[in-house]
Amino acid sequence: MKITGAEIFLESLKREGVKYIFGYPGGVVLAIFDLLYDNKDIQLILTRHEQGAVHASDGYARSTGKAGVALVTSGPGATNTVTGIATAFMDSIPIVVFSGQVPTPLIGNDAFQEADIVGISRPCTKYNYLVKDVKELSRIVREAFYIAMSGRPGPVLIDLPRDVTASKTEFTWPEIDIRSYNPTYEGNRWMIVKAAHLIAKLKKAVIMAGGGVILSGGSKELRELAEHTEIPVTMTLMGLGSFPGTHNLSLGMLGMHGTYYANRAVQESDLLIAIGVRFDDRVTGKIDAFAPNAKIIHIDIDPTSIKKNVRVDIPIVGDVKRVLTVLNKILEEDVKEQWGEVRKAWSRQVDEWRKERPLTYTFSNEVIKPQFVVEKIYELTKGDAIITTEVGQNQMWTAQFYKFDKPRTLLTSGGLGTMGYGFPAAIGAQLAHPNKLVIDIAGDGSIQMNIQELATAVVNKLPVKVAILNNHYLGMVRQWQELFFNERYSYSHLHSDVVPDFAKVAEAYGAVGLRAIKPSEVEPVLKEAFKIKKTVFMDFIVDWKEKVYPMVPAGAPIDHMLFEEAEKKAEKKLKAVK
Amino acid sequence: MRHTISLLVENKFGVLSRIAGLFSGRGYNIESLSVGETIDPQISIMTIVTSGDDQIIEQITKQLNKLIDVIKVVDMTEFDHVEREMVLIKVAPKQEEKAEVLRLAEIFRGRIVDSSQNTYTIEVTGDEKKIEAIIELLKPMGIKEFVRTGKIAIAREGVKK
Repeated sequence: MKITGAEIFLESLKREGVKYIFGYPGGVVLAIFDLLYDNKDIQLILTRHEQGAVHASDGYARSTGKAGVALVTSGPGATNTVTGIATAFMDSIPIVVFSGQVPTPLIGNDAFQEADIVGISRPCTKYNYLVKDVKELSRIVREAFYIAMSGRPGPVLIDLPRDVTASKTEFTWPEIDIRSYNPTYEGNRWMIVKAAHLIAKLKKAVIMAGGGVILSGGSKELRELAEHTEIPVTMTLMGLGSFPGTHNLSLGMLGMHGTYYANRAVQESDLLIAIGVRFDDRVTGKIDAFAPNAKIIHIDIDPTSIKKNVRVDIPIVGDVKRVLTVLNKILEEDVKEQWGEVRKAWSRQVDEWRKERPLTYTFSNEVIKPQFVVEKIYELTKGDAIITTEVGQNQMWTAQFYKFDKPRTLLTSGGLGTMGYGFPAAIGAQLAHPNKLVIDIAGDGSIQMNIQELATAVVNKLPVKVAILNNHYLGMVRQWQELFFNERYSYSHLHSDVVPDFAKVAEAYGAVGLRAIKPSEVEPVLKEAFKIKKTVFMDFIVDWKEKVYPMVPAGAPIDHMLFEEAEKKAEKKLKAVK
Repeated sequence: MRHTISLLVENKFGVLSRIAGLFSGRGYNIESLSVGETIDPQISIMTIVTSGDDQIIEQITKQLNKLIDVIKVVDMTEFDHVEREMVLIKVAPKQEEKAEVLRLAEIFRGRIVDSSQNTYTIEVTGDEKKIEAIIELLKPMGIKEFVRTGKIAIAREGVKK
């Protein structure tokens, strides 16, 4: 029996196990939307902006490990997805985005709502397709999900011209056969053996775990490796949760706003075991001065990540989980070492660094410190929540003061640094985990970048909580201006202590709005919000002067850190002079 | 250092754009590029001449390999291989230099493929040095224009450096 392209589209999604599509209708995709109207298997979640739809599908993907799906119309609908796609691309998140397209005979004619989205999205998708013939459609959908999910995951876009969705053909479901795409999953055994020997030989070792550990589901193996060999673990922003943040071997995050002890340990190490990372500049600081004395073992599924930014002594291309399984086995069987004895001096040194400069901030009774809010959220949730963040100070304070114990509990735009990501991502995560507490830790700047999704959350009865750390500034921009631009706060002041009233905005949308001005109000507000089974905005008016510390200035080695005390001392001196 | 990279790619629309986009997006330079079908019409072969230090060339080949439409990447520089390029040169020599132009064409085993009252068009095939040499020699005689194909390369059978 012949069916239409639109029907093939839906049947293919059903076979891929898709339950939710995040989307927005428009002219050329109406045939598909018409079918979705009474479809029982797949539910479309109508967002209020296409960017929100893509971020929501991304949040769904990050929190579940399954591919997220978005569906938008042509032209502006398609171009609005670009930021969401680029966000997923930088963080290797599997999503499949379907965009409508003008009918094939009109392509290239500058038709109404035509945009060359295949051309536009080429550099920020893992792969993309323009479907020219309805006979190819089911194969392309199947390939797209496979490509998105396999190897180093990433976004795939499929452009669907209107006539293709209208024309008819027999439904087929061909096996995947892409001769030019064969990701490497098994690491080279000889290299893994060499890595094991280095681990046994070198004493001052550090593990650096990244998002690849989470994507491959290798947290258990990572923990085995760390515990067996007694090697401390630091994580990149994307790696938070891959190893328990409360574990005594955890050093927390490294890099620009990493902990003092993580950065010191990496810099002084003689062996760096980098797992599922790509050595972003926010992690390495000055590249020539990064881990200068260390031999580097680099495990990653993407060969282009290896030796892209840093020199590598032992490259292992493969899936993190599989490579670590082999490595752990070799370490347990072949390499017999008294690990405690080997690492004794090093552990003592690392502990000294921990004591020397723990992560701190100065609590105040008068004004709410943003870190205090994050700490309280951690305390009250006992770490059992899905946290999303926006980008900037809110993101860094979350990374520092919330201890992530489990993978897929922190959803944040690491690579692209997309403001406006956290709220729609939380919506996607909440949909996938209806019984979990999902909290977006936001700034007053970022939340306004996708605030329209309040409607999506409320209409779909999603009890997402948004904690706005409101310092009425683009805080991270302001911080840089204070430190590096002579306190000239050029266009970073948002006046969001006055406009908007976030609580009222929330209420206007049918959500609940709460506000805390004094430190004593923080806990009651959080407790109340967590009790309410509705979407809640919490507006925390925080100390606008607060900065994220420690901080490594851009381009400096990562052990050249600025601390809060230094600032306090300088202030005192200044007062004395006056 | 300059490298000649040979790529087997799927013969689909958009592939050239993916490859060109990779080079431009990452700031690599394409010095020449030629594309053609292979014996299997579903596969095209591209020959790209690029330059960079070892680390950059390694990244280029890895990045090319990562593209989903790329089937195989060979850095020809690692193999003993034959390289050829063709040029069409339109010369407008003075009356007294016409003989010299024809002589040069002969020395370089070129062929005259078109001639008019005032011009000769010479076709020359060879490696890059040869092409550059004839261009240099013909310049003083008044080259109107020339068109080069870009390099193509093929490995010598059974010889590895």
